[in-house]
Amino acid sequence: AMNYSAKDEVDGGPTGPPGGAAKTRRPDNTAFKQQRLPAWQPILTAGTVLPTFFIIGLIFIPIGIGIFVTSNNIREIEGNVFMYYGLSNFYQNHRRYVKSRDDSQLNGDPSALLNPSKECEPYRRNEDKPIAPCGAIANSMFNDTLELFLVANESDPKPVPILLKKKGIAWWTDKNVKFRNPPGKDSLQEKFKDTTKPVNWHKPVYELDPDDESNNGFINEDFIVWMRTAALPTFRKLYRLIERTDDLHPTLPAGQYYLNITYNYPVHFFDGRKRMILSTISWMGGKNPFLGIAYITIGSISFLLGVVLLVINHKYRNSSNTADITI
Amino acid sequence: MNTERDSETTFDEDSQPNDEVVPYSDDETEDELEDQGPAVEPEQNRVNREVEKKKETFRKDCTWQVKANDRKFHEQPHFMNTKFFCIKESKYASNAIKTYKYNALTFLPMNLFEQFKRAANFYFLILLILQAIPQISTLAWYTTLVPLLLVLGITAIKDLVDDVARHKMDKEINNRTCEVIKDGRFKIIKWKDIQVGDVIRLKKNDFIPADILLLSSSEPNSLCYVETAELDGETNLKFKMALEITDQYLQIEDNLATFDGFIECEEPNNRLDKFTGTLFWRNQSFPLDADKILLRGCVIRNTDVCHGLVIFAGADTKIMKNSGKTRFKRTKIDYLMNYMVYTIIIVLILVSAGLAIGHAYWEAQIGNYSWYLYDGENATPSYRGFLNFWGYIIVLNTMVPISLYVSVEVIRLGQSHFINWDLQMYYAEKDTPAKSRTTTLNEQLGQIHYIFSDKTGTLTQNIMTFKKCCINGTIYGDHRDASQHSHSKIELVDFSWNEFADGKLAFYDHYLIEQIQSGKEPEVRQFFFLLSICHTVMVDRIDGQINYQAASPDEGALVNAARNFGFAFLARTQNTITVSELGTERTYSVLAILDFNSDRKRMSIIVRTPEGSIRLYCKGADTVIYERLHRMNPMKQETQDALDIFASETLRTLCLCYKEIEEKEFAEWNKKFMAASVASSNRDEALDKVYEEIERDLILLGATAIEDKLQDGVPETISKLAKADIKIWVLTGDKKETAENIGFACELLTEDTTICYGEDINSLLHTRMENQRNRGGVSAKFAPPAYEPFFPPGENRALIITGSWLNEILLEKKTKRSKILKLKFPRTEEERRMRSQSRRRLEEKKEQRQKNFVDLACECSAVICCRVTPKQKAMVVDLVKRYKKAITLAIGDGANDVNMIKTAHIGVGISGQEGMQAVMSSDYSFAQFRYLQRLLLVHGRWSYIRMCKFLRYFFYKNFAFTLVHFWYSFFNGYSAQTAYEDWFITLYNVLYSSLPVLLMGLLDQDVSDKLSLRFPGLYVVGQRDLLFNYKKFFVSLLHGVLTSMVLFFIPFGAYLQTVGQDGEAPSDYQSFAVTMASALVITVNFQIGLDTSYWTFVNAFSIFGSIALYFGIMFDFHSAGIHVLFPSAFQFTGTASNALRQPYIWLTIILTVAVCLLPVVAIRFLSMTIWPSESDKIQKHRKRLKAEEQWKRRQSVFRRGASSRRSAYAFSHQRGYADLISSGRSIRKKRSPLDAIIADGTAEYRRTVES
Repeated sequence: AMNYSAKDEVDGGPTGPPGGAAKTRRPDNTAFKQQRLPAWQPILTAGTVLPTFFIIGLIFIPIGIGIFVTSNNIREIEGNVFMYYGLSNFYQNHRRYVKSRDDSQLNGDPSALLNPSKECEPYRRNEDKPIAPCGAIANSMFNDTLELFLVANESDPKPVPILLKKKGIAWWTDKNVKFRNPPGKDSLQEKFKDTTKPVNWHKPVYELDPDDESNNGFINEDFIVWMRTAALPTFRKLYRLIERTDDLHPTLPAGQYYLNITYNYPVHFFDGRKRMILSTISWMGGKNPFLGIAYITIGSISFLLGVVLLVINHKYRNSSNTADITI
Repeated sequence: MNTERDSETTFDEDSQPNDEVVPYSDDETEDELEDQGPAVEPEQNRVNREVEKKKETFRKDCTWQVKANDRKFHEQPHFMNTKFFCIKESKYASNAIKTYKYNALTFLPMNLFEQFKRAANFYFLILLILQAIPQISTLAWYTTLVPLLLVLGITAIKDLVDDVARHKMDKEINNRTCEVIKDGRFKIIKWKDIQVGDVIRLKKNDFIPADILLLSSSEPNSLCYVETAELDGETNLKFKMALEITDQYLQIEDNLATFDGFIECEEPNNRLDKFTGTLFWRNQSFPLDADKILLRGCVIRNTDVCHGLVIFAGADTKIMKNSGKTRFKRTKIDYLMNYMVYTIIIVLILVSAGLAIGHAYWEAQIGNYSWYLYDGENATPSYRGFLNFWGYIIVLNTMVPISLYVSVEVIRLGQSHFINWDLQMYYAEKDTPAKSRTTTLNEQLGQIHYIFSDKTGTLTQNIMTFKKCCINGTIYGDHRDASQHSHSKIELVDFSWNEFADGKLAFYDHYLIEQIQSGKEPEVRQFFFLLSICHTVMVDRIDGQINYQAASPDEGALVNAARNFGFAFLARTQNTITVSELGTERTYSVLAILDFNSDRKRMSIIVRTPEGSIRLYCKGADTVIYERLHRMNPMKQETQDALDIFASETLRTLCLCYKEIEEKEFAEWNKKFMAASVASSNRDEALDKVYEEIERDLILLGATAIEDKLQDGVPETISKLAKADIKIWVLTGDKKETAENIGFACELLTEDTTICYGEDINSLLHTRMENQRNRGGVSAKFAPPAYEPFFPPGENRALIITGSWLNEILLEKKTKRSKILKLKFPRTEEERRMRSQSRRRLEEKKEQRQKNFVDLACECSAVICCRVTPKQKAMVVDLVKRYKKAITLAIGDGANDVNMIKTAHIGVGISGQEGMQAVMSSDYSFAQFRYLQRLLLVHGRWSYIRMCKFLRYFFYKNFAFTLVHFWYSFFNGYSAQTAYEDWFITLYNVLYSSLPVLLMGLLDQDVSDKLSLRFPGLYVVGQRDLLFNYKKFFVSLLHGVLTSMVLFFIPFGAYLQTVGQDGEAPSDYQSFAVTMASALVITVNFQIGLDTSYWTFVNAFSIFGSIALYFGIMFDFHSAGIHVLFPSAFQFTGTASNALRQPYIWLTIILTVAVCLLPVVAIRFLSMTIWPSESDKIQKHRKRLKAEEQWKRRQSVFRRGASSRRSAYAFSHQRGYADLISSGRSIRKKRSPLDAIIADGTAEYRRTVES
């Protein structure tokens, strides 16, 4: 029958002293409590919507054209040239693959170095030694070598090797924060002495770059680039930099080039493809016509939509203006 | 009570239903209502049997034993019940009450258990467990745990706060004190220490601490007056009376201390008005009934001291037995929401299954040949697919929004507070703000179709005021000065010449005063003298001020009016009445009081004047009075005209008349009267017959007109609600005439309304049933007949039906009779089958009939049910609920509305004069009926719109968020790789997208409150479920799906072959995730911006704040510092800074957001232009409407002209106190006469007869 509440028994209903200003139960007269907060009540009127569409159209189309032109202009081999390797049908974003790494180990944590995370299985230990770097990503590191030679002229058949810079291809944060060699003053070899190399690797991690001692171990830039997994199964990764030497000559002058590939990396099992890409970079990155086209399209649609809405609005304006509020 | 009389009329075989009588007393308690099974037996039977078995039952059910002043007795082992295993507990509860749920130890486990009983929380618990399985764990453990903990935490804190408040209140009550006999003396002890069998002493205005047997009191005959407002909501005092024996011997402390009575009575139950037991004392036994029991929660009034014996304590008391049984109400949207969540779960399972199959296929085609994916386990593709199914269940779990339920609760809580805070629903006079007692039903307030309203105290104030009168053919009461000139503006009549005037009567006719004072027309004085003497009012002097206690407010108003006009009723004894006639006190001896009852519709008094002549004064309904008038009554026609005028003003009228009686005639009659009043059988009938003999040849004096004051703003509110397409049904215990009258007064009925009564409906329904039966055979089965209206359309119809007709029409009575048949045992199998078949047929018929009735009633613009019992009120509500599938609201103020309030989807209690019971069982309460329009049209509508917008957006945002994983699956080998960082998944629902939508759910307004009230038609969106239904739900989902597509595919296109500005490939997974996440956060927050129609600074702050928070947290989580600390937990180091410095990525984000939002803007604009909703139009013309805000409240004008409609008469449904005054007869069986009390003019008591 009744919802017994002890409070009600005590109060016995509204017994507050009327007029007693001290103990009145009158609600506060504040804008918030009375739901009268000052507010802006925007409504979609022709005055706001139509200009929006036109303005978006007018902004997007030039941006799109800008992007498109820029993207298409990435052609002349001027300025720094970037050398990429590309892989396709390679699922670097597969969940099993993505999680197969130990960021603590890569960050130089000595205990993780010797006892890698379980996520690295089955590439965690080999022959009773912990694998450094552990995991499937590291294990499947791209290990083809690409060398570029310029055939200066027909008469001189001896190709001139192009200087390919190995450093400066990884993110600064990756190189300096995320990836670190185990601490200590010992040589790298000493630091990694209780570990073994990944199964598929030919050489241990501290010998990745025979030319540069500071580009070895976990902070080897090729390694870092590989470890930054790709978003999509078709991807390209920065391989080398070809720096511009002086302003007078193009970085890669026109001519015949010769690419030397040391083929190590098997892709035909999974129907993969390998590519080598040379590209310059503009303000908006590398060549990709998609964004430019998309901007132009959306801008045009927006503009068109503005026109259509204008017509419709004009047609219906009269009927809605007569304020036929039927209630 | 009046069971006998009722049962006679109700079960009188073939009589027409009686319009006057409330069909049958329904003292069935809630329990019985719930399991309407064999417990309900025919009234007649029960009455008979009860008489027979009275003595038997006494001993049989009385297993509750109480011994006075003997605590040891109740500790005997056979009173122990085994609870858990071997822990024994006394069956006698202690008086400490416990309304709290948890203590310090049990809080955590019990609260968690309760929370996990909810499906949603349980679902997330299961997810959490799934996530702990390494093979299928696709998300980090914290992605589900953090939001779940947050949700659980918020709920737990809320519960904790509630429970602490309950603890405090319990403590306060348990520590109240009262006097108990201990070691032979009264000692003050705390309530919680009171035990069964204690003898206690209570003083005036004390709360009664337990259910006690009244032993004695300081009043004569050990009467004790109690106020039962907490229990049944009636504010009038009730009297309880102790047994003679205890009254006699238990007055002083020593005697009480040695009292060793032994009581056997029924076990504790929740029937407030029932008690059976026996007191054994001094080798005698005395029957006990409810009249001797004081119940916990009542207050002692007007009694200095009383003594009692505790019979039930604490949890056994009737008030506690009645508590905590509120039915759990849920809203339509709740149900819808649950179905939608189930739909989503099914979608989730289907999508996961599809992707799992995709994964198995992909593994077979590609995965198995991808050497780099080798994981050392040679699992088959199908097994991998199976694991991935669970993996996807986890990844896509956010499709079911975890924070949905808690957000909904928060929003409703906020809405409830807004209701509590609303100044415009605050009634200053009584210092009563509106209160939403349930916080879970708010949006349902925006969907009400039917309102069921009580009349007395809800529509009307239950205050009767003397408005006008017609004396000797002249009408008084208009605005007039002393010389009969009417003025529209005239001051109040000044009553200061009269020492007895109470100064509260507002009267404007100075001419009447002039007439009284001059005495030119003797009838004028006679008229008021009659009012002052012909009544059964009790008088009471407080500080020299006269105070009247009347059985009906009408009567009180009349006596009060007479007092103000100079004829003050001063005192009465059993045989005399003292009246001050314009200052001169005169005492009349009362020879007989011929009391009012609903058949007689009149009351008379026969007095002997001090001069010695005998006169009869009579007042009553015009219809009965006119039948008994003397032929020679010159003013008959004038008075008749006056009555019509009064009726047209919806005033309640009474005719007054008198006659002189010869001494001889009286002596003769008196003999018959005496004989009849001691008749052993059919005394009432015999008395009525005798009364009839003397009440004739009356001389008409005039008529009174009383205004049954409506609550303020009732007609306006009703017309507003009617415009909002809400149908209003009035359900009242009042008489048909009164109810009809009020129907006109509050403009529910108008002159052009055709009114149908019970008979009309009955025949209509009969014809309909016949038709249906004739058609039944073939066609009904194949094609359900198209709905055909009962009435031709276009006409304004109203239905007025009485409780008895309701029973007749709905075959309630007949089923009752069929149960009598059932009592006979069926002998053969055949017979049993036949019987069950016939019963089934009867059920079917009843159902069809009920459905027809509801259909018919719903065609009427107004329905008034009068003379209905509380149970019928609930039944009517239930019928509409069941057959119309409409949302109902019941509003009432009294205990008799509790059933209906609990049955309706939403119960509203008027916290008015009639105590708290209706309020206590209601969902919302406020002080005035007119606040209902604000509650529904403003708060209800807003809440509905807010909730719908909230839900639509919530489903949208989670789909937009989650399905990106789905699209990504196609490009990662269906491997359940997430498209976002785990931390983003964790925080998205909690931080990045929750606050703006919550604030919109709390603050949004499409149109202002003023406009909502001005255009009630806006309300229909809720009634028709226009803003949230399956269609809207799927549109939201589709919107979410499309948004997720855009969110994925535009970045996908942009990433397909790009390289970063500085040549470092940004096409890595982490940058991709950040791009999509950023676009998502910006899109959903801008989307809520588009959805918000009421932008306060809080909204703006929250929307931009959420986006800022996202970037802030992201940069933090991607910072070098946090990676150094937790290298494995935060893997996205540097991604934000590297990715977001590329203009290319920003261009991608901008494009994505634009593509997500522009179509929405275009579509909304189009729909607003081409198909604007009413709300759109009003919003558009907001400024203009505001300018013409000089819209004023429509004055309440009565549209009725002079009408032929006869008015109701005064006297509400209560019988007078005549019995009590003239003899001891009424006060229960064999009591000594109450001379003593009545002589003592201060005695104040009231008795209600109506059960």
